[in-house]
Amino acid sequence: MMEKMIFGRFIPGDSIIHRMDPRAKILFVFVFIAIVFIANSAVTYGILLGFTLLVVFLSKIRLYFLINGLKPVFILLIFTFLLHIFFTREGDLLVDIGFIEIYEEGLRQGIFISIRFLVLVFITSILTLTTSPISITDGIEVLLGPFKRVKLPVHELALMMSISLRFIPTLMDETGKILKAQMARGSDIGSGPVKERIKAVVPLLIPLFVSAFKRAEDLATAMEVRGYRGGEGRTRYRQLDWRFKDSLSLLVLAGLAGMLWYFRV
Amino acid sequence: MNSIILSFENVTFTYTQEDASVKPAVQDLSFSIQDGEWIALVGHNGSGKSTIAKLMNGLLFPQTGKVSAMGQLMAEESLWDIRSQMGMVFQNPDNQFVGATVQDDVAFALENNGVPHEEMVLRVKESLHQVKMEAYLDHEPHHLSGGQKQRVAIAGALALRPRLLILDEATSMLDPQGRMEVIETIRELREATGLTVISITHDLEEAALADRILVMNAGQKQLEGTPDEVFLSGNELTTLGLDLPFSMRMTHLLQEAGVQLQGEHMTEDELVDELWTFYSRK
Ligand SMILES: Nc1ncnc2c1ncn2[C@@H]1O[C@H](COP(=O)(O)OP(=O)(O)O)[C@@H](O)[C@H]1O
Ligand SMILES: [Mg+2]
Repeated sequence: MMEKMIFGRFIPGDSIIHRMDPRAKILFVFVFIAIVFIANSAVTYGILLGFTLLVVFLSKIRLYFLINGLKPVFILLIFTFLLHIFFTREGDLLVDIGFIEIYEEGLRQGIFISIRFLVLVFITSILTLTTSPISITDGIEVLLGPFKRVKLPVHELALMMSISLRFIPTLMDETGKILKAQMARGSDIGSGPVKERIKAVVPLLIPLFVSAFKRAEDLATAMEVRGYRGGEGRTRYRQLDWRFKDSLSLLVLAGLAGMLWYFRV
Repeated sequence: MNSIILSFENVTFTYTQEDASVKPAVQDLSFSIQDGEWIALVGHNGSGKSTIAKLMNGLLFPQTGKVSAMGQLMAEESLWDIRSQMGMVFQNPDNQFVGATVQDDVAFALENNGVPHEEMVLRVKESLHQVKMEAYLDHEPHHLSGGQKQRVAIAGALALRPRLLILDEATSMLDPQGRMEVIETIRELREATGLTVISITHDLEEAALADRILVMNAGQKQLEGTPDEVFLSGNELTTLGLDLPFSMRMTHLLQEAGVQLQGEHMTEDELVDELWTFYSRK
């Protein structure tokens, strides 16, 4: 189950989308989210869906993989769809079997909302699937750069994010080890009443916290020894490279917005 | 050429000064290290080795006595300059890996010191080449072995082209193979660049490779000398809780059993050489 989840996962590759500047991709996603709300008719939602599938195609991520990985989202999607179908009471009555009544407007709304939801989830997933977390961090750091003026600790936030990302696998490993160690001592997390299970988590969390603090202390020392003194006067090893295709991607998005506006009813 | 790169003069340091019952972690310690030397600092756990390492690069300041490095007295003002000429590698391979990938980690110290981008790219390549990790540029830490992570940490220290490299038990959490990799890396580095190295360890086999050994006990310097000199006082080392290298223990045991071996053997090869020529030389 967990292996199949694709939230926050990164699939290395070298498609056009993979090679885009992370700043362009982040901006793209935000603008796209805004644009989606222009759509309000069958044609415009059709265009959106087509555009999204095109982006998925360009990213060379298999549609099957994407759909499979987003299964939990589909449950939510079906739920919202049903909600709209049953509770909207406008337009012609389409189906009427006893207590189930489905109206035309309900069906329309249900389909539209589902498409909206779907394209948003697809596009944001494509962002995280094609961009390494560290590039996303870099992109965010640069995009937020102007806010340094208003004393937003942009560099510190970005560093915090990248260190957290760096330590996730380490702490996961550690959790596994502690779990096994506690199981070897007879602790049982997998079964029993909920209350017992929650109690069994405590001896897992405490050693994990103790070790995390130890790690943080060591890391701080290692950073200081290597001359870390905050963001001032620091240079960047990772360079972002904004190319013509990045500008083009945003232009395409403007084109999409224009088209949606034109076909809007 | 033979200039002093680091020196301690009557240094005393206590962690909790308020509490009179706490003994100093380092007591009235004096020594100096020449440019280009390889020094091993040995002693059992809690003998003050890590404290000395922290005093060396200004993570801690002594309460009495003086620490000087690179010709400057250690003080708030000279601190960052001294640190930029001194690399340090710690015990736990995971807890000192700052970057998301190998190359980011090596570049970290360079970024902190404001090295321009083009120069950084060159230096990252160069230092990874020195530790033979250039094929791992984009690898993430959790896909590396302990020995590889420690070599990356060494590369991260080398990137600033330091004059002095301090290893605080850098091999103690590694498996035998990782330990060999790291020791071999240090040896080659010394041959190629003549870098000054201080390796803190309680592995006397590792210490045997050094030019000079300082033996610490309860915050004080117990012995000092070349490996030969230090190992001659075998029993004293054992009472300090240190294990002699295997080949030396073997030699002693053979001598006790009446085998007439000549002198000490610090490496297994030397011992084997003497043993297989034993009968012919008689
Ligand atoms: N942060 C600290 N606070 C208080 N006491 C410490 C601290 N770190 C080390 N000590 C004490 O100082 C002494 C020397 O420790 P350390 O230098 O770490 O020894 P070594 O590295 O040789 O094992 C020990 O008695 C230890 O308990
Ligand atoms: Mg120590």
